[in-house]
Formats: sequence, C-alpha cells, structure tokens
Amino acid sequence: MSSAYRLPHATCIDYTKPLRFTFDGKSYQGFHGDTVASALLAQGVHLMGRSFKYHRPRGVMAAGAEEPNALLDVSRGGGRSVPNLRATQVELYDGLVVKSQNRFPSLRFDVGAINDLLAPLFGAGFYYKTFMGPRKAWAHLYEPVIRHAAGLGHAPSKPDPDTYANQFAHCDVLIVGGGAAGLAAALSAGRSGARVIVADEQAQWGGGLLAERGVEIDGQPVQAWLAQTVRALQAMPHVRLLSRTTAFGYFQQNFIGLVERLTDHLAHPPQGQPRERLWQVRAKRVILATGAIERPLVFSGNDRPGVMLAGAARQFLNRYGALVGKSVLVFTADDAAYQAAIDLAQAGATVMAIVDLRENPQGPGIEAARALSLPVLTSHVVIETFGRLRINAAALGRIGPDGDVTPVKIEQCDALLMSGGFTPSVHLFSQSRGKLHYDADRQIFVPGISAQQECSIGAAKGTFALQESVQEGFAAGAEAAEQAGFKSQTIAPSRVRHDVPSCAGFSGAVPRPKGQRAGKAFVDFQNDVKVTDIISATQEGFKSIEHVKRYTTTGMATDQGKTSNMNALAVAADALGRTIPDVGLTTFRMPYTPVTFGSIAGLARGDLFDPVRKTPIHGWAQHHGALFEDVGLWKRAHYFPQKGESLHQAVLRECRTVRSKAGLFDASTLGKIEIVGPDAAEFLNRLYTNAWSKLAVGRCRYGVMLNEQGFVMDDGVIGRLADERFHVTTTTTGAPRVLAHMEDYLQTEFPELDVWLTSTTEQWAVIAVQGPLARQILQPFVTDIDLSPDAMPHMSVRTGHICGVETRLFRVSFTGELGFEVNVPSGQGRMVWEALWAEAEKHGACAYGTEAMHVLRAEKGFIIVGQDTDGTVTPADLGMDWVIGQTKPDFVGKRSLVRADMRKADRPQFVGLQTHDPHFVPDEGAQVVAVAEPATGSAALGFVTSAYDSATLGRSIALALVANGRARKGETVYLTRLDGQALPATIVDPVFYDKEGARLHA
Amino acid sequence: MKFSAYALLKNALTGSVWPEQWSSPEPRASYDVVIVGAGGHGLATAYYLASEHGIRNVAVLEKGWLGGGNTGRNTTIIRSNYLWEESQKLYEHAVKLWEGLSQELNYNVMYSPRGVMMLAHTLHDVQSAKRHIHANRLGGIDNEWLTPEQAQAFCPILNVGPNIRYPVLGAALQRRGGTARHDAVAWGYARAASKRGVHIIQNCEVTGIRRAPSGEVIGVETGKGFIGAKRVGVVAAGHTSVLMGMADVRMPLESYPLQALVSEPVKPVMPCVVMSNTVHAYMSQSDKGELVIGAGTDAYTSYSQTGGLHISAHTLDAICELFPVVRRMKMLRNWGGIVDVTPDRSPIIGKTPVEGLFVNCGWGTGGFKATPGSGHVFAHTLATGEPYAINAPFTLDRFLTGRLIDEAAAAAVAH
Repeated sequence: MSSAYRLPHATCIDYTKPLRFTFDGKSYQGFHGDTVASALLAQGVHLMGRSFKYHRPRGVMAAGAEEPNALLDVSRGGGRSVPNLRATQVELYDGLVVKSQNRFPSLRFDVGAINDLLAPLFGAGFYYKTFMGPRKAWAHLYEPVIRHAAGLGHAPSKPDPDTYANQFAHCDVLIVGGGAAGLAAALSAGRSGARVIVADEQAQWGGGLLAERGVEIDGQPVQAWLAQTVRALQAMPHVRLLSRTTAFGYFQQNFIGLVERLTDHLAHPPQGQPRERLWQVRAKRVILATGAIERPLVFSGNDRPGVMLAGAARQFLNRYGALVGKSVLVFTADDAAYQAAIDLAQAGATVMAIVDLRENPQGPGIEAARALSLPVLTSHVVIETFGRLRINAAALGRIGPDGDVTPVKIEQCDALLMSGGFTPSVHLFSQSRGKLHYDADRQIFVPGISAQQECSIGAAKGTFALQESVQEGFAAGAEAAEQAGFKSQTIAPSRVRHDVPSCAGFSGAVPRPKGQRAGKAFVDFQNDVKVTDIISATQEGFKSIEHVKRYTTTGMATDQGKTSNMNALAVAADALGRTIPDVGLTTFRMPYTPVTFGSIAGLARGDLFDPVRKTPIHGWAQHHGALFEDVGLWKRAHYFPQKGESLHQAVLRECRTVRSKAGLFDASTLGKIEIVGPDAAEFLNRLYTNAWSKLAVGRCRYGVMLNEQGFVMDDGVIGRLADERFHVTTTTTGAPRVLAHMEDYLQTEFPELDVWLTSTTEQWAVIAVQGPLARQILQPFVTDIDLSPDAMPHMSVRTGHICGVETRLFRVSFTGELGFEVNVPSGQGRMVWEALWAEAEKHGACAYGTEAMHVLRAEKGFIIVGQDTDGTVTPADLGMDWVIGQTKPDFVGKRSLVRADMRKADRPQFVGLQTHDPHFVPDEGAQVVAVAEPATGSAALGFVTSAYDSATLGRSIALALVANGRARKGETVYLTRLDGQALPATIVDPVFYDKEGARLHA
Repeated sequence: MKFSAYALLKNALTGSVWPEQWSSPEPRASYDVVIVGAGGHGLATAYYLASEHGIRNVAVLEKGWLGGGNTGRNTTIIRSNYLWEESQKLYEHAVKLWEGLSQELNYNVMYSPRGVMMLAHTLHDVQSAKRHIHANRLGGIDNEWLTPEQAQAFCPILNVGPNIRYPVLGAALQRRGGTARHDAVAWGYARAASKRGVHIIQNCEVTGIRRAPSGEVIGVETGKGFIGAKRVGVVAAGHTSVLMGMADVRMPLESYPLQALVSEPVKPVMPCVVMSNTVHAYMSQSDKGELVIGAGTDAYTSYSQTGGLHISAHTLDAICELFPVVRRMKMLRNWGGIVDVTPDRSPIIGKTPVEGLFVNCGWGTGGFKATPGSGHVFAHTLATGEPYAINAPFTLDRFLTGRLIDEAAAAAVAH
C-alpha cells in the first residue's frame, strides 16, 4: 500500500493488479477495480473539479452516477476524448489519462474563482437583468465572454474513430438494477424459465451490497450470498446479465433503451470492438430495482472538498479500500450514516462527532455507534465549514427546544460525511408515466400507480431494509414471470441480520442561527444554485417548481438534479409556504444519465446512414465513367463524361447524340405500381385526374395525380396490360408517397373497391431507348412484338420477349424523340442493357444521364413534378386542362379545383422564357420581375423552374411559372441574379422543339 | 424596478429583495380581452395590447405555468428567410422586433444573430435554396449562397467532405438569423405585460367558451369560474383544436409530438445555427454550452409530450454525420412538445366564424421565431377586430378559398 489512505480489504479491488494513471499530468497509482475517484481519494486527493458558475473548488460528493462535482475529461488521443465524465464512474486502466475541467490555469489556482467573490452580483437569473445595452453589445461583447466562461469540458476536436453497435431484444422480464432486490427478482423469475434480462450500470453486480460488511443473509456473509446468487444467475442460459449497462429511457409499450459500455474500461480495446451498444428492449414485464440516492444536507459550506455523502464514504471504504479522511465529522438526519461512521472508525479513522439533526434518534445503528463510544451530538447541526481546497474544520450549533440554533463549537476534521436520508430513484418509473405518491411520514416520493406493465421494488420503492428488499425481489420476479406465462416456484424467505437501513431523513435547508443568512449553502452543486437563489426566485414570482428550476437552473446540470431535486423542492415549498406535494416535482425526462450520441446513432453512418438504392445497371454505368447524383435513396447516373469533358460538355454531347441518333437511359428508378382487380380502372379514375375506363388494353396514357388541395402531386405513364391490370409508373422520389396515398384512399375512403396494389419498382429494370434510331437498336432483339409505327404507335404497350427475356415494352417518350422503354425483370436488366448497348454503339448512340434527360424534356416543355411544380400548382396552371376528366363524377382534388383562388386570372402559369442574351442561363429559382431593378419588397411575377443550355437550340432555354403567363407571351420580363442586375427575357411557349410532335410519332 | 447593471450592483450591495416580475392576481369578473394560453405568443399579444393599443383590462389564462408549452420546449431558432412574400413579411416583422426586444422589455432575451445556415445535399436542395435566396433578396431579406468550403468556414465542425451519404453541396445563410433565450422571452413579456396591468392567471384551465344566444362570445368557463370577455383570443398551440372545439369551430389542424434534445454543456464549438431539412437535423449551441438539437415530428398525431426513440435516433444519425466531432458527446435531456400543423404549414392569425372569437395558431414546428411579430399583429387584430396588413393573408378561410401560403410544399419539409 503506497498511501496512508489505502486499506488492504475491499470488495471490488484486485490488489494484485496495480495500475498507473495520470490526473492533470501527475502520475498516480491505483488498482484494478478502482474508479478514478476511489484511486485519487486513496491518494488523499479530494479536489477534482471546479463548479460551473463560481468556479468553487470541489471534491467528490457521491460514489456513483449521481456525482455532481468531480467531472473529468478522459482522452485516449486521436479523437477518443470525452468531456464531463464522472470520476466516480470512470474505471481505472493502466495508462489512463484524465484531466480536470473548467479551470484556468490550474485546478488549484483558477482565475475563474473571482466569480465566487462576485457571487452577490451573480444571483439567480442575473443575466436577464443586464447586458442589454447598447443594442448590439449582447451578440458582440457580452455573449462571447459568457459563452467562453460557460460550458464545462471541451468537445472532441477530431472525428470519433470508434464504432457503436445496436441490438433489439425481447424478453419476458427486464430487471433494471442488480442490487439485492434486482438480483433476487432475477433469481425467482429465472427459475421459472422466463427469459430475463438484468441490467446494471456498474461493473460489478450487487449495487449497495458491495459496500456492506457484517451483514448476513441466510446465515452467509453478504458477499458470499452475492457471489452465490450471481453464479446461479450466470448458470441460467435464458438469463442475460448486462453489466456496465444503463437503462436510460422508458418509452411506451414497455420499450426500454439500454446502453452498454463495452470498451471504455479497457486499456487496449480490441480492434473492431464497438465502444458501446444500444439495446432496445421490449419486455413483457419490467421490474425497476433502481435503488435510492442519498441526499446531501444543505448548510453553508456544504460544497467544500472533503464534504461528501456518508454512504459514498462508506462505499469508497468498503468497495475500494479508500479512506476519505482520518478525522471525520458526520452530519446526519438518518440512521444509515451511523454505519458509515462505524465502518470508518473501525478502519482507523477518528470520528470527531456524529452530529445528528434529530432530537432523539433511536435504532441499532445509533446503539452500535454509542457502544463503540463514538461521540453522538443530537439536536445539533453544522452551520459552516472552513478550509480552502479541503475542509479543515466545521462550526457546530445546537438546536434549542424553540428551534433556535446556537453556535457551540468548532470541530477540526478532514472530511465531513453528510446524510439527509435517501431519495428513491423513481426516474424510470416516472418516465413510464407512472404516478408518484408522496410519503409524508418519510418526506419522499415513492412509486404510486403504474402506467405500464411494471413494478418497482427495493429502495426504488422506498423499501430500505435489506430483508424486505430481498423479499420484494423474490416476490416481484415470481409475479412477473407468472404474468408473462411462466409457472414460478416459491423461494423461501431470506433472513437478514445486522442491517442498518435508512429510516428517516431531511430535505431543504438545515436550521441555522437566527439572523445568519443561508450563505453558501448549495442545493445544486454543479450549477451552483444556493438556497438564497431559490428563495429569491420565489420572491421574484417564480412560483411553479418548473419556473424555479428554469430560473435558477437547479436540476439542469449534467446530473439532472439527482442529489438536488428534493432539496430544491423543499426549499421552494418552504419559501412559498406550501407543502412539498402541492409544489410537486419537475418532470423526469430521459435519459437517466447522459447517453453518447454515437450509441444512439449506432451503425447509421456513411453509406449505412440511409440505404443506397442502386439499379441493376449501376455497375455498368460506374464502369463507363458515370458520375452519380442522389435522388431520394437512389444513386442515378447524372452524366457520362468522356475523357476531359465537363458536365456542361458531356450534357451537350449526350443531348446532340440522342436527337441525331439515339441514346440509352437507365430509367429503372421510376416508381412502378401494379394495380390489379375488377375495379382497377375505377380506382385509377378516382386517384388520377383523367379517365381510365376506356383506355384500351395495350395502350398507355399520361396520368396526373392531385392531392386533396387540388395540387399536382405526381405524374407518370400508365399502361393497360389487361382489362383488370394496369402498370402504373410514378416519379422516382414519389413512389413510396404515391403508394401510401393510394393505400390510404383504398383502405379508408374506397374500401368497396376490389383492387390490389403492389409496388413493383424493383422488379423491373427499365431501359429507355430514345432517338430516331431507337427502333433499329431494339429490332434485332425483339422476336414477338411488331415494332412498326402502325402496329405499335406512340403511347402503346406490348408484352413479349427481348433477348429471350420477357418484357413489357412501352412506346413512350420523355425526350420528344421516337422512344421505347424496355421493362425486363431486374435480374436480366444488365444483360439486356449490355446487348442493347452493343447494338447502340454500332449506330453511334450514347448512354445519357439524368442531366441530359432534364434538358431534352425541357426542350419539349415536359414538366418534372417537384421541379416545375412545387405543391402549389394545378393542372390548369401547367396548361394541362386536357388532363382533367371533366365528365368524371369525382377524383381526389376535384373539389378543391373549384375553389375561388384556384380559378383566379393571375395564377402562376407554366411558360417558356427566352433570355435576350442566348448565353445567359438563369439560376433555377431566379425570380421573374417586371423591371430590371425592382424595388426591395416588390412582388415577383413568378420564378424560373428549369433552365439549361440547349445544344439542340444552340442557346439557353428556361421554363417558369409566371402570373397570368400565357396571356403575357411576347412580353419582356427580367430574371434576378445573385451577382448582378436582373437580365431580360421574353415570355414564350414552353415547347421549344418539335411543337407538332412529329418526331415522337416517327 | 428597471433592470440594469446598476440595479444588480445595488441589489448585491444592499442585499435587497427583487420585486415580483409579474403578479399572480385572482381573476376579475370580466375583461375587455381574454387570451387563452400564456406562452410567448399569448403573452406578447397581451403586452402589445397594453403597450400599443392602450387595452390593459386584459387577462392571459394559462392551464399550467406560463411559458411551459412550446415556448419552453423549442430549439430557439430565429430567421425570416421564408419563400413566400406573405411569410417573409410576417417573419421579418418578427426579426425586426427581436432586434430591439431586450431594450423594449427591459429584459435580456439574449437575441443572438449568429447566422442560420441551411444546408443543401441534393441538386433539388440547391434549386430550392437558390429559389429562396432569390426570393429573399427581392423581399429585402438577407440570404446568401455559400459553397461547401464557405459553409465550413462559417461552421468549422461541419463535415463537407464526400464521405457522407448526402454530401453538402452548399448552403443558404441568413446572417441576421440566430437564437434567443426562450424562457426569457416568456418571462420578459409576462413582466412587461404585468407591469402594464395585464392579469396573468396561471393554473387556470379554460373548460368552455360561453356564447350568447345570438352567437357571439361572452366569456370563458375556467377552473376558477366564469370569466367574462368582450373578445377572446385563443393562442394555445397544440391544444387549439380542443379549445376551438368548445366554440364549435373545427380547425384545420393536426397535432403531433415534436422532439428536441440537448447535449451536456461544453466550451464553444458551434458558432452558428445549422439546419438540414434533407437529413432532418438542426443544431446550435446555447450560451450555457449545450448543443441544442431539433428532431422531427412523430408520424402519428398525439397529445403526448414524448416521442419515440427512433425519431431522436434518426436526428442523431444525421447530426453525427454532419458534425463527426460530436459523436462522443452525450445527450443530456430529451423532451417533446405538441405542435399544431396546418395543411399549408403556415399559421392562422385572425378572425373565426364566431363573433368575438379570434385565433392565433398553426405555427407548427417553427413558431418561436415569430413570437414578437405574432403577438404584435394579433394584438392589432384583437384591438381593432380586423387583421393587420401583415396577418391579413393568414386567414382561417384560406383553406376554403384555396389561397394557401404553402411553405412546406415549396421547401418540402419542416421549418
């Protein structure tokens, strides 16, 4: 043992494995099983942090997840740093590097501590009352200073190289908490055969039991009982024990989020091992055995390093062999702290006094302390502490019969152990929407009525005695298993001896001498919220506890008020002259303790962020140098640059080739829905604007779908393959939305229709063969379809074979040229494409991408839904009145089309624009205005929806939506630019090329 | 008492007690105007009624605690770079008021114009962003296009590399956009309104809207009894439909849970607000140091102020992709609010078919930024019985006439 504070016996320490670590650059020794907090305490180091606002020196207050003070930065280098970790939870490994935070230049001497001297200025909400002038000073002067002063640690500066895993699980019984009650519940549920998951945030099983010594369960020493119970559970294959696993969120339908920490405790994490794993568990029954958290007492100077919770001191001693002080003072309102005093005394510390707030405490703990001649002062309080970076003395006072406090003496000490009793950890219960019940006798909130299939046991329920806790565990495990359908066995009741349970407690500010201000009596340690802050908030009118919380920031630090909420509530209730349950708690929110973003995001990074959809022809396109664009989830070939070509050059070439010869285009991403059934045509009548009943088998029609508002939602070509079978195409990104829209109507509005809808998008590869030579390219491969213009006119569909593969062959054109779209089963898509490509090459044709496709269709004035429409455009706006089946009784959106605003003369209308400068290609999105220099705030006439340099026309073209545009043909308008004055253009017809359509009928 | 550095100093030296920021009176039998809902919008309305229209016999009724709804649950983003002229005017009106709000209220609402940057990830996004920029410039609203490199210079932790699923292709930046301290907005308006005689009555749930036989509103039934009113303004966000239903007015609203979360506080790492509609992520850093992150709405309507884990997860996926240095940061707190969404994603501010009953709702996922402007125009509407020019287009009957102001269709997303 290298330190006078390190003792040779502890439940969690492996003394054969010494470890080295550094804290703020200084090297220390610890042992396997230590946390940073226990290892530093064992070296006599208490000072571990500085508080958020006043930069007060702080030591460890607690021993677990509730620690508010000792927040550290742990760095492994290379992006592997984490700020704000609680020293009480960071497990030691050899070579661990930890640093303190929020201090400059050093932890011992921090210039920020000037704030402490200025504290009277910095009361609750001070920043709302100043920094207001002059007007711009907040953003430019005050805010930057405040931002730099605030914050705790530093975010990592490099991307995180680690990975995170994600697992979904179902179980019969999920038990949160692996202390006495939780393990007992696991044992009885496990014996019934139920699938059980037990999660505990700590590395070792046992919870509070790990700090017990002297207690016997069923005649066995407590540690032996614990080891035997864990072994029994480990032997059950259907019981999964998850240690280092925090249940952080309780959602609807017994859905619990757990996060398991896998590598942070390892000196050398195995390559490829995920750092953390998110478990998303759906449990038939949930048992909450989450324990209880000790409350600090609120008195002046209660935050000095060396002042800590009595239970924490006991844990450091019994679990880690770390003695927190040699002359300790105990200040308590609860019996449990007596056990801490006894344990520390037996470990060699001098107990200066046990200061008990209560008048006449009774019980085995008190008797035991007296038996050991420990000095017990009842009706006494600590009224102040002394010491700069560590407590060295405390002033005591006596509570007189009238309640007045009289100072009595100053007691030297190097540690002060406090206990205000225990607060059940009802966080998860409360998140589950369970109703809390206020136990007025013990002044604690305990679980009341459950909202889900859940029950709380042990200290989480307010059952502090070990014997009852274990009993509750056995019973709850058995009951949960039975409710989940398993037959449970009775487990004989346990007998516990020598247990000193928590039995009472105190919340709020402890009494102080008359006339003495509450001083630096902290309620929320991390956020530096004092009693006076809470009182002044209530005086300022913040009477709701939620207001008190937000105004003072109590309970809003990284510990989320685990040690402070009850005290804050009691202080506020006292100040408001109301009862605690009347004032009530603030809402408990997930997560219970902070959860790494990475573990929630899990595997969703890079290409796994969103599925990548690729067409069957993707590989070919990649091989042929295509560059891709993201369209929804799809990767689409944007263009196929030849050596040295820019986007612009490649697109001009692709367009010219299609118009003069032909081009192959991968249209597989188009959405496809098979609509089948006796009422298929009627269904389409109702979902699309045009009429479908009379469409002949073998013919196609362009269809427009409206939303309920009457605006264009999607479009596509629909072919009739048989009387009761239609092949519907949709836009690429619209496919899921359209199918959902159809299903919605079919299931809720038209359930009488006999129709089936099936997404077939990925069943078919679609190869568009477009251009004057399209027929020559296809002909050699098609054996059983007559492709001649008379036999297969524009807008027809045939089934047959291509390259020996079954095909649905459409004669359609989105380029304005003679065109076909070859649908073949996806698996054969690449083979057919390659066959067609070999033929196409002979004719000098090209493969073209989405950009050329956009240009070619724009030359023809064909719209793209989502580009030339924006959800506010009707068919009439687009000049497509012909698409409305006027005689149809109804279709989705019809009603809306007759609304007044839909028939106004100045609605935006779809037009073409010819810029006066043929080289000027306006921005898509440029505003169409009446004059070259419009006054700021003047209304736009419309906007440019599409604009390209057209190889075919040898100049730029643009499409636009312009108010009353069709009547304005020939007028000059101006198109705004981001880097100069608006430039003129003439409004023209949106069809720039082959207005008669001769080419597509070729 | 006027708040100032001097007042703070004086208080520190004398140890005197600050006065109540607002009083908590018992309700009178009747008021000229009763506003239902003491969120930012309702309190701002009351403030402007008192300060600009001289109507001080006003009560703001709140079923819980003031500022406890969406005012205290949002991600505090302020901007006015909307697409349509009507929206631009409305939100710009608010931004202009934000700029002087701390001084006007004598309450530091911490309006911080640190710049709102909206990312484009697809060619479609680029078109949409540029359309917004062109439209904004014409409307006199600052908005500029940034290349990916410029975007990264403005927000150094933004990943603009090609190694993410949807690489950043550019961004639209409104430099005057930013954030404010949400609670302070509610408190500042409450204090200023209370000082001018407005009654703010908390824990007073409205359970009915009473109408005369001739149809007009004459008051509201509450947990504290009947309260008479010449005019009633409902400003109840996600619960507007429920309240308006009490007057038999059916609203074109759907209510959804919308989630947000914050990280643990860290030293400054994120200088601006970044929004990405395509991957669903919004992030800024509060003055306290917490990363403030907005998630999406649940897919189903609900009044539950919690949402599914998968919704937050989806947002954190995107945040970690866009800002890879935050992957090891931790979520500290997650919460939900109920947003009221209209078919065109624009608010309804004005008259209703019921005489004397007015409504201000439908702000959906983006109401915080409008708080001062919304209160200002609604106060005018309540005072005069007619809308202010700026809110005239935002009528309830636009869903009948079809004169929609569709920000969602144009941007295809939440705002």
